[in-house]
Amino acid sequence: MYPSRFRYEAPHTVAEAIRLLAAGGDNAKVLAGGQSLVPLMKLRFAAPELVVDINNLPGLSYHRADPDGTLRIGALCRHADLERSALLAGTQPTMAAAAPLIADPIVRNRGTLVGSLCHADPQGDWASVVLSLGGSVVAEGPDGRRSIPMTDFVTGPFQNLLAPDEIAVEAVIPAAQGERRGGYLKLERRVGDFATVGVAVSLETAGEVVRRAGIALTGVGASTIAASAAAAALTGHSLTAESIAAAASAAAEAARPRTDHRGSAEYKRHMVATFVERILTRCSAEPAERAA
Amino acid sequence: MQRRAGGKGGLIMTIVYSDREDEAAAQVPMRRIKFTVNGEKKIAEVEPRLLLAHLIRQGLRLTGTHTGCDTTNCGACTVLVDGQAVKSCTMLAVQVDGHEIQTVEGLASASELHPLQEGFREEHGLQCGFCTPGMMLAAKALLDRNPDPTEEEVRWALSGNLCRCTGYQNIVKSVLWAAAKLRAQAPAD
Ligand SMILES: Cc1cc2nc3c(=O)[nH]c(=O)nc-3n(C[C@H](O)[C@H](O)[C@H](O)COP(=O)(O)OP(=O)(O)OC[C@H]3O[C@@H](n4cnc5c(N)ncnc54)[C@H](O)[C@@H]3O)c2cc1C
Ligand code: FES
Ligand code: FES
Repeated sequence: MYPSRFRYEAPHTVAEAIRLLAAGGDNAKVLAGGQSLVPLMKLRFAAPELVVDINNLPGLSYHRADPDGTLRIGALCRHADLERSALLAGTQPTMAAAAPLIADPIVRNRGTLVGSLCHADPQGDWASVVLSLGGSVVAEGPDGRRSIPMTDFVTGPFQNLLAPDEIAVEAVIPAAQGERRGGYLKLERRVGDFATVGVAVSLETAGEVVRRAGIALTGVGASTIAASAAAAALTGHSLTAESIAAAASAAAEAARPRTDHRGSAEYKRHMVATFVERILTRCSAEPAERAA
Repeated sequence: MQRRAGGKGGLIMTIVYSDREDEAAAQVPMRRIKFTVNGEKKIAEVEPRLLLAHLIRQGLRLTGTHTGCDTTNCGACTVLVDGQAVKSCTMLAVQVDGHEIQTVEGLASASELHPLQEGFREEHGLQCGFCTPGMMLAAKALLDRNPDPTEEEVRWALSGNLCRCTGYQNIVKSVLWAAAKLRAQAPAD
């Protein structure tokens, strides 16, 4: 298989990339890791006339924390960079848990977090993670930069809010109000498979009290689902068996799974509750572990 | 453009495509790229839609790189680009402009097999051999980064490569065998 014919540009500045995209209009596509776009082009599900390869743009491979704790992930930061990141291992439990579960190790060498958000696959894992953390995407276009909250960024399956002449330059995770806890659990049939069910839980706690909670679900609806009622069941309380059970059942209710080759709707809904409970139980046990 | 007569390193390579569309020749976008493959410098003129796997197999005639699934799943087409394992069926050939490619043909020297190749022979790491080049390059990327991996780390690093024959046990043993040999060869310091 090979893609249909297209023109190819590999600009060296963001400004040049934006100019090329503006000239290319609706028929231009950004190429980042290519791990979603190239397969789609080979299947001719995507047939852009112009491909703007952003891999030569300098200074976008970073992921770093600002002094206040805000985390920034550049458009060329690969899944593998995040998997091996000491910064995430120490400060971002939900992201650190998700990174090794994206695709397979070779795909992770090329694929990017920002590209995954842009791709807006309802089965993409990073969208849930970033949504649970209250993150946003920074887009750059001819008129400069704007920040788009993750809650608005995805407008439908494989659709995002970017204008044709905008590039997503980074993803931003706001600093935590307190201590961060959380995790990501994914049920997959084998390595490299998309999620049958994925659950992201991100908590910010002060002492035993949950000050902010985010719960998001992968693969159980037509898009990534923010389980807000489940998160609300935790906010302002400490983690107890009751609050955990309430969050788990609210998350299961928020899921919109469909029966398919990966499993029945009932099974998937059950797994949502199980995963929420499992992550939260682990979170509630953590301080005790540390004290030991 | 320079063209050196003789010496295969100096030839400019041409890839002939089937023409299934009807643009005028001048409308067909072409890019000239420079890259290294297994240490040899190359120049190629490619249509941007040419995949790296095709450049390697048809253009360079290095057919040790296999294409299996052609859908980014199996890892048979794995090569190293600047030392990193990538699936060559999922990268455009134009993207290797200025970069270094390593294929399975680059592993052995004129007189000696690479320890990974020896390991696969010693530990029976292959049956039909279709997955083997991809396995060895994914393993090489691991050993370059981590010369003393655990069995679990080997399994993890190879989890993007499918084998339909061996059941993986002997592949893992082969890589561990190679890791031990490479460590023994490394200059002690
Ligand atoms: C075998 C396989 C298994 C996979 N399994 C998983 C999985 O389990 N979980 C998962 O989440 N993903 C999975 N993926 C997808 C993978 O994570 C991709 O890397 C990711 O979806 C897209 O990132 P990319 O950088 O490769 O983007 P690309 O493929 O380059 O681009 C994807 C789309 O986003 C747009 N885009 C990319 N970057 C930008 C930008 N900076 N600005 C504007 N638009 C942009 C492109 O135009 C394109 O439409 C898998 C892929 C493969 C091949
Ligand atoms: S042929 Fe490239 S991954 Fe299977
Ligand atoms: S040896 Fe046959 S596919 Fe691996």
